Amino acid sequence: MKNFKNFALLSSLVLMLGVLAACGGQSGGAENGGSKDSLSGSISIDGSSTVFPIMEALTYEYNKKHPEVNVSVNASGSGGGFKKFTKGETDFSNASRPIKEEEKQAAEKNGVKYKELEIAKDGLSIVVSKQNDFVNKLSVEQLQKIFTDGNGATKWSDINPEWPDETIKIYSPGHDSGTFDYFNEVVLQDKPMKEGENTTLSEDDNVLVRGIESDPNAIGFFGYAYYKENEDSLKVLGIKDGEGKAVKPTPETIQDGSYTPFSRPLFTYVNMKSYKEKEQVRDFTEYMLKNAGKAAEQVGYVALPEEKYQEQLDALKPEAK
Amino acid sequence: MLGIDQKNILKRIRGRVLLNNVLKGLFFASTTIGLIFLALLLYRILTQGIGYLNSGFITSFPAPYPEEAGIFAGLIGSLLMIAIVAPVAIILGVGTAIFLEEYAYKNRWTKFIQINIQNLAGVPSIVYGLLGLTFFVYMLRLGYTLLAGGLTMSLLVLPVIVVAAQEAIRSVPSDIKEASYGMGASKWQTIRRVILPAALPGILTGTILALSRAIGETAPLIIVGAATALYTLPDSLLSKYTVMPIQIFNWTGRPQEEWQFVAAAGILVLLIVLLFMNAIAVFIRNKFQKRY
Repeated sequence: MKNFKNFALLSSLVLMLGVLAACGGQSGGAENGGSKDSLSGSISIDGSSTVFPIMEALTYEYNKKHPEVNVSVNASGSGGGFKKFTKGETDFSNASRPIKEEEKQAAEKNGVKYKELEIAKDGLSIVVSKQNDFVNKLSVEQLQKIFTDGNGATKWSDINPEWPDETIKIYSPGHDSGTFDYFNEVVLQDKPMKEGENTTLSEDDNVLVRGIESDPNAIGFFGYAYYKENEDSLKVLGIKDGEGKAVKPTPETIQDGSYTPFSRPLFTYVNMKSYKEKEQVRDFTEYMLKNAGKAAEQVGYVALPEEKYQEQLDALKPEAK
Repeated sequence: MLGIDQKNILKRIRGRVLLNNVLKGLFFASTTIGLIFLALLLYRILTQGIGYLNSGFITSFPAPYPEEAGIFAGLIGSLLMIAIVAPVAIILGVGTAIFLEEYAYKNRWTKFIQINIQNLAGVPSIVYGLLGLTFFVYMLRLGYTLLAGGLTMSLLVLPVIVVAAQEAIRSVPSDIKEASYGMGASKWQTIRRVILPAALPGILTGTILALSRAIGETAPLIIVGAATALYTLPDSLLSKYTVMPIQIFNWTGRPQEEWQFVAAAGILVLLIVLLFMNAIAVFIRNKFQKRY
């Protein structure tokens, strides 16, 4: 009985400590940083996990310059990010694909005005295992044949009679990812992808890498950085779009767009109301456009040509007031 | 005198001894298999993560370079969240259990509630994330804050605590309850002075399991808006926050190999915190344990 009293005392003490710790300083920051010499307030960023590393690199350096600004970066995916952004809950929304029609409508309904900013490029890399010695390049039509359902092509020999009579194993990012959305747009064109035992979907690109590298009959796709890190075990394919020559992804072909159609832009969308009203958002936007190229390369993506950033910066300037 | 057929008995005994040994081997194997996988897991995490686990890792905010990245924001965020989850879930959970076991009439209605609570313990965690999003974030207008995240997690672990506490309360022998009533104690006096102290070890076991689950969950917190990169600590219940599992999840998805080691170091910190929490609970349990 006495024991229990002691326990009750002890536990209520622990609880009180916890609550005190959690409450410590109810102050919070002023929303709109106003003073001229130092910036404060908060910036909230959400969206694509593909774009996240670039944003993390940018906000990390920015926070060193302006420690008074509270920056938070979430990674709930391109779609999840837009869901909040179109309600006006976030200042920036990262995306590995352009905003969709229904997301535009949602923004309009909620009176959210925004501007699309291109901050880097990524080459969606189509890869096979190093053990695969028959494929070196594919055309977009062949990719369609390999990936779309219902055309009867299930073996490599169905694509090219010279290739082995082996079943094609597909490795693809999950259907919710912006990467899949992009692939869907340029290759599948909204036709369903092959499903079943020969298709592996994963939200973790490292799982796709492991699957493809050990199977000579596998093919899959993901961001250039994942290929670059696993160059020793993966073979990247040259892609032939229409009549052109087959092009492999390299920083150069991704940057100048000749790696078509898989040189894809990475975006962030800025809420124009925040941009106009919050000084810290304006300042960060400028910082971002000046440093995005460097940040992108640091985390394994490709920078845009220098003048592209300046153009976007100039286009935003008149909106400031 | 009945004739004892020695031969027959020996024959039968041999069968029983054999069965005994087979079962013993089987149970031993079950334990070993579990332990082997646990050891493998620990070994892998340790060898991968130990190189990155240093004071800098624990006191640093996220960074784009693996050597500089740290888990400080997540560590503090997780601890603050537990500071919310523990009181809310324990008070609500044990309260529910006391009501259902001691006050409520045993009829079809309570049985129905009972089954539902048990089912809730098996609902996928993401569903609680969606519930938290609609209820705490939007309806109560808490926003994407520490408080909303903590309350969501409290709901998530509530069923586990209720079921464990009910089980513990039910296992208190009725003789001592009746003795208490016999001495003229009221229901509340009996609950407070007899039942709860006796049920405490069982309740604490359930609480350990529940809080361990709360500190390791990722999916519902992504839904209710826990940040992935944050450079400040939460300074109020209504601040933005991040937790360890979200940071670890983010690191494991990176293309560069070093991030896997950073993730392993993060898992080590999470395991240490978990061990520490459990140690406290075991200490309390042993201190107040009383067997009937």
